[in-house]
Amino acid sequence: MKPRFLRFWMAQVALLPAWLIVIFAYIGTIIWTIQISFTSSKVFPVSNYVGFSQYTRLFGSERWIISVQNLAIFGLIFIVGCLILGFLLAVFLDQRIRAESVFRTIFLYPYALSFIVTGLVWQWTLNPTLGVQQTVRNWGWESFTFDWLSRGDRAIYVIALAGMWQASGLVMAILLAGLRGVDGELWKAAKVDGIPTWRVYVHIVIPILTPMFVTATVLLATAVVKVYDLVVALTNGGPGISTEVPAKFVIEYLFQRQNLGLATAASTVMMITVLCVLAPWLYVQYFRKPRSAH
Amino acid sequence: MASLTANGHIEPSGPRPKRIGPGRYGVYAFLIISALFFLIPLYVMIVTSLKPMDEIRLGNLFALPGSPSFDAWVKAWSQACTGLNCNGIHVGMLNSIKILVPSVLLSIAVGSVTGYALSFWRPKGANILFAVLLLGAFIPYQVFLYPLVRILSMVSLYNSIPGVVFVHTIFGLPLMTLLFRNFYAGIPIDLFKAARVDGGGFWAIFIRLMLPLSTPIIVVAAILQITGIWNDFLFGLIFAGRENFPMTVQLNNVVNSSFGEKEYNVNMAATILTALVPLFVYFVSGRWFVRGIASGAVKG
Repeated sequence: MKPRFLRFWMAQVALLPAWLIVIFAYIGTIIWTIQISFTSSKVFPVSNYVGFSQYTRLFGSERWIISVQNLAIFGLIFIVGCLILGFLLAVFLDQRIRAESVFRTIFLYPYALSFIVTGLVWQWTLNPTLGVQQTVRNWGWESFTFDWLSRGDRAIYVIALAGMWQASGLVMAILLAGLRGVDGELWKAAKVDGIPTWRVYVHIVIPILTPMFVTATVLLATAVVKVYDLVVALTNGGPGISTEVPAKFVIEYLFQRQNLGLATAASTVMMITVLCVLAPWLYVQYFRKPRSAH
Repeated sequence: MASLTANGHIEPSGPRPKRIGPGRYGVYAFLIISALFFLIPLYVMIVTSLKPMDEIRLGNLFALPGSPSFDAWVKAWSQACTGLNCNGIHVGMLNSIKILVPSVLLSIAVGSVTGYALSFWRPKGANILFAVLLLGAFIPYQVFLYPLVRILSMVSLYNSIPGVVFVHTIFGLPLMTLLFRNFYAGIPIDLFKAARVDGGGFWAIFIRLMLPLSTPIIVVAAILQITGIWNDFLFGLIFAGRENFPMTVQLNNVVNSSFGEKEYNVNMAATILTALVPLFVYFVSGRWFVRGIASGAVKG
């Protein structure tokens, strides 16, 4: 057996790429970004420090406020919608039905697609001139109207719908695995006691599935903060700026509008929000349990 | 399904007793309606891509094509305009493959070694490394982008395929490490200790013992990375450069920035073409895909 220091030495060498990535690509870039956010940088980073004035400008910007509101609307509908639909799909799939794997395959396939593909398909399906609206009118329902994609106050809901279409299958898959882990004795006991099925689900099964719900929520929430390509493909932020989202705000101010200070302030706000939400969950999930718990 | 218990009774097993009645119809009705919701966009994509524009202008989204033709597919593949040139979506597909293959290999290589070192060797600082990696998985990419652009320009990798590959490896590392770390955490530590006693070093144990055991998790990692990297839009857009735009970026350019009349059939054909690779992976991999989702998420 090699001496102890050598063993650690080799492991450290193996971890070197990961360390370099963490130190330079993660921590270093974050510090750099935060530093720029306190300067008056426009096209190029300058070291003219202006305190929090980029942040003040950010929250005075209508575009940013709309982006944040959209993120909240999208996030709420998307997460709650995916959880409900995914849970229902999982429960109904768990009823010993025929062709279960066919249904499961159908419910999950959108999750394999790119958000760009999802966005473009829904853009085409729901476009007011030739999409669903016109089709239903051609069927004879002349007054049928579904023009949410071209309405500034509704388009964000279409984005949430497209997101749900893509990600509900993920929740279904996670919860179905959880349901399969529920003890079969539970159902026998409930039947003996004459408890209605729905009550068993509400009072016993859902509490058992809590960790899976939490995991699914974290995954969905991560997707919410990152949502960018779906919006680009579906509405490109329009009509007007009615479906802008923070991620898109940052990219545009970084690479098109050449306002580094404002863009980095916005991305710093995004990061801090995520960290505040995540820190407790990560701690509980990964560091409270000893290795033997795996 | 039934199982014989110790005292000879035949008892049902499984989630719950089977019932026959109106409830069953409700179950199937819900599932079929849901299936329609999930399938309709796919159906619309396919029928639209097979119709000529005259038929599309009639506004019957769900109608089957009168005389199906693959003209739109041919055009999408070799003539569709992506802003500057009109060489079709196949350029993007080649770029995507050039980005995909090295990114998948590299991120799995780095992730597996890191997961192995973190799981069995745990040298000093391993916990800190893992914690930062995990946080990195959740932090919005927007925070990293601008400095990364600058760093990559300094080493002349900005706007190049190696640059995108590098970025995919960086941001694939948390998930890959997590996958392999969790997988190795399930391997009995005694096996590792025995190999140590037999004189195995860091690399010998990894290559001769752990890698052969790792086939399932490598498959899962490959599925996740292939679909994830193929579907990426942001990194391709920012780091690849105009010449190397991956398929998703080219697709969005074809559909959303074309001048003149929109050719919906060509757009939908291009969309299907872009979706083919992940769909193929999904249908072939089946349960492995689900396992990938679950193992990346559920276990800690």
